[in-house]
Amino acid sequence: MTIDWQTFTPLSSLVGGALIGLAAALLILLNGRIAGISGIVGGLLRPRSGEAGWRLAFVAGLLLSPLVFAQFAALPAARIETSHALLIGAGLLVGFGTRLGSGCTSGHGVCGLARLSPRSLAATLCFMVVGVTTVYIARHLLGGGAP
Amino acid sequence: MPLLCAFAAGLLFGAGLLLSGMADPAKVLAFLDVAGAWDPSLLLVMAGAIAVAAPAFAWARGHRQSMLDLPVQLPASSRVDQRLLSGALLFGVGWGLAGICPGPALVLVGSAVAEGLVFTVAMLAGMVLFELWRRHWGET
Repeated sequence: MTIDWQTFTPLSSLVGGALIGLAAALLILLNGRIAGISGIVGGLLRPRSGEAGWRLAFVAGLLLSPLVFAQFAALPAARIETSHALLIGAGLLVGFGTRLGSGCTSGHGVCGLARLSPRSLAATLCFMVVGVTTVYIARHLLGGGAP
Repeated sequence: MPLLCAFAAGLLFGAGLLLSGMADPAKVLAFLDVAGAWDPSLLLVMAGAIAVAAPAFAWARGHRQSMLDLPVQLPASSRVDQRLLSGALLFGVGWGLAGICPGPALVLVGSAVAEGLVFTVAMLAGMVLFELWRRHWGET
């Protein structure tokens, strides 16, 4: 594993991560809810009474965050080389998988680990290893290469 | 008040994703590409997030009501079961294919990135498919 020191951004990673942690802290302290995006969005599909409001508000915040961010700093580039077909396949897998597995990088990786959940540790290790393996196969075995 | 707080949390969360570069799929893929030019940034993002969130969750563990007097809802189960791991596996494959997970997907939609919209529509479809699967084959 050779670290790419050109792209590694330790400071903005830590600060950005702290903001994410702050958001999760606010949501659990004030609303009593886990900031797991797959769960928040998934719960909008068949919302029970009282469930839709805070979820829509959170999602609205996420959707508007680039607009607000852009008032203070240049929006970072979003570099996507994945074909539309693979994007659709990836989206389907992420949508189905996060609901089946009860969480994603925010729900399990941030909130779950922050509350020392063994379930979330198992899930996080699993999707990390699988994610790494998937990229390895796509880039180094199937010859997809890095862009 | 709760709606405003949830909205603010969403804004902060998105800002954190943008600042840390996690809304850039190439950067996420560079983290997952351990055999290539490896960018460890995501590890520090998670470390920063967990460090800040941990005290809040420690507080939540000891309280039934939130600071706004709403019920604190933490997942009850601690069992590592087949569903959890199967779901994580499927999610991991999807994540490794595009470098996008649910939070960044919504930020990309908000940034008017066309590929983000394609991914997100498919993600929602995947969630709906899960609901259908659960109703017909899974237990409640």
